[in-house]
Amino acid sequence: MIYLDNAACTRLDERVLEAMKPYFFDTYAVATSEFGYSMGIDAKEGLENSREGIASRLGADSEEIVFTSGDTESSNMALKGATWALREKKGKHIIVSKIEDFPVLNTAKTLQKQGFDVTFLDVNAEGFADLEGLKKAITKETALVSIQYANQEIGTAQDLKAISEICEEKDVLLHTDATHSFTRLPLNVKELPVDLVTLSAHTIHGPRGIGALYVRKDTPITKFMDGGFQEFNMRAGVENIPGAAGFATAVELVTEEENRQLEAMRNRVIDRALSEISEVTLNGNRKKRLPQNANLTFHYVEGESVTLHMDMRGFAVSTGSACFSRSLEASHVIRGIGGDHERAHGSVRFTFGRYNRMEDADSAIDAMSEIVARLREISPLAKK
Amino acid sequence: MKVERKGETIKFPYSEKVLEHFRNPHNVGKIENPDGKGLEGSPACGDMVAVYIKVEPETKVIEDVKFESYGCASNIATGSVITDLARGKTLDEAKKITWKQASEELGGLPPIKAHCSVLAVEGLRAAIRDYEEKHGLVTEKEPTTEDVIRRRLKHVMNPLTGLDIIRTNLILKTSVEDGVVRVVVDLPADHQFASAIKEDVMEKLGALWDVERVDVVFTA
Repeated sequence: MIYLDNAACTRLDERVLEAMKPYFFDTYAVATSEFGYSMGIDAKEGLENSREGIASRLGADSEEIVFTSGDTESSNMALKGATWALREKKGKHIIVSKIEDFPVLNTAKTLQKQGFDVTFLDVNAEGFADLEGLKKAITKETALVSIQYANQEIGTAQDLKAISEICEEKDVLLHTDATHSFTRLPLNVKELPVDLVTLSAHTIHGPRGIGALYVRKDTPITKFMDGGFQEFNMRAGVENIPGAAGFATAVELVTEEENRQLEAMRNRVIDRALSEISEVTLNGNRKKRLPQNANLTFHYVEGESVTLHMDMRGFAVSTGSACFSRSLEASHVIRGIGGDHERAHGSVRFTFGRYNRMEDADSAIDAMSEIVARLREISPLAKK
Repeated sequence: MKVERKGETIKFPYSEKVLEHFRNPHNVGKIENPDGKGLEGSPACGDMVAVYIKVEPETKVIEDVKFESYGCASNIATGSVITDLARGKTLDEAKKITWKQASEELGGLPPIKAHCSVLAVEGLRAAIRDYEEKHGLVTEKEPTTEDVIRRRLKHVMNPLTGLDIIRTNLILKTSVEDGVVRVVVDLPADHQFASAIKEDVMEKLGALWDVERVDVVFTA
């Protein structure tokens, strides 16, 4: 199987597993205080080293990294935690972009049901957030803005600098979901005034079930899950120390060289698809996008048929077609960028990872050429 | 307590038969100058199927039948099997072919995919109806009622969800009086899908024999 769905999940790197093992079999105690027993103190040290590693990649201080169970929890914590803390002080208004991934989008919808006023900010045809609209949407009541760094489907990377400057000027908290961009695109919280950042290990060959939320010092967050006093009393529950060690190692293993390799594969898919197959539209911006993501609409064919044919030939890819989703809903991202059902119908996402090679990009496009030609032969819409 | 898992299947959802028809669909293509042609679905709203038939004028037997699909695996597989079933049958026999029969022939289809495959069955029926209308064979003309309207509108997809506009409560009100049909759609007129839905609704209702005009009204 040539796996080109690395945005959904990635193969674990063996080196990550090796880094995790000691915390399963040798140092398996919970993290204790310095007055605890030695195994607990060692476990605590392991946890803090992992925290330090992730913090330094982000330009953050160690105490600003809170481990969670993944990006879904991180985004829930950011949105619920900040709005609950600020509902009296600031107000009950938040702004999220229309094309956020489900953790942010659906948390915003839940807050809406609980009486918050939510602005779903428009994006343009390439998926860039409407900055003028953002300026206008922010009011004195606005507690939080949440705009992702890069999109899960179409790969568009936002101008986070401009967004953070607007929020800083208007004195509003900014959360960004960096699940797909962390280590793939530069982000330094010393240089950018973002307050909350969602991170996850599963997209970078780390384990599932571990993520983190960057919380800038003194950012008001109400604890949203009750329990013990772990993680600076911000996130209750026994710490996932093996997960944290795996996450830190996964972060360490991503190099700029690797990102350039992914980018080359991405470009190969985009360039070949656009030049060799007719009636293809690129979704998202050509340059300002995740290095690992290519998303294209192959007009007059349906995405589930494409993915099934690709699967039969040994490729794993994904589509925004309604037919592919469990809910039978067409991609909210493609619709968010003004695309119609037809644009989502034929959209196919290729996302690359460490274990892909350039031959994979080439053979995927070779297969796509044949599949699209075959499906167009039976399509009533295609010009023949 | 028994927990129902709506629309979710744990194992691979398609039978070997579905996959075989999907891989190598039968009766694919267009018939030039067909005796009857049916088109169901619309590109703006999701899957689409075209069915073409050639009919022996004396015996009313379907001599040739072909289909085209802009759809998912269920849609393609159903198109393939339904055209197999229709070939050699008289129009009256072919009209009676149901989605259930097609589904059984295919070894079962996932329930969530029903609407994609029903489309192919509707396509065949539309092609037969087209032939009958052209040849003056429609004897009992059913008057257009609200019931007929709602039935036809079940074939218009709501692009916001991929499900039909009746099921998703997008149609607030329908009425019919003196050949004028009025449909109220629960969307603002400037909504990005308003024109696609309007076009689709007009197409579905405009062809009814006793309908002279279709007014599609938006709520804002």
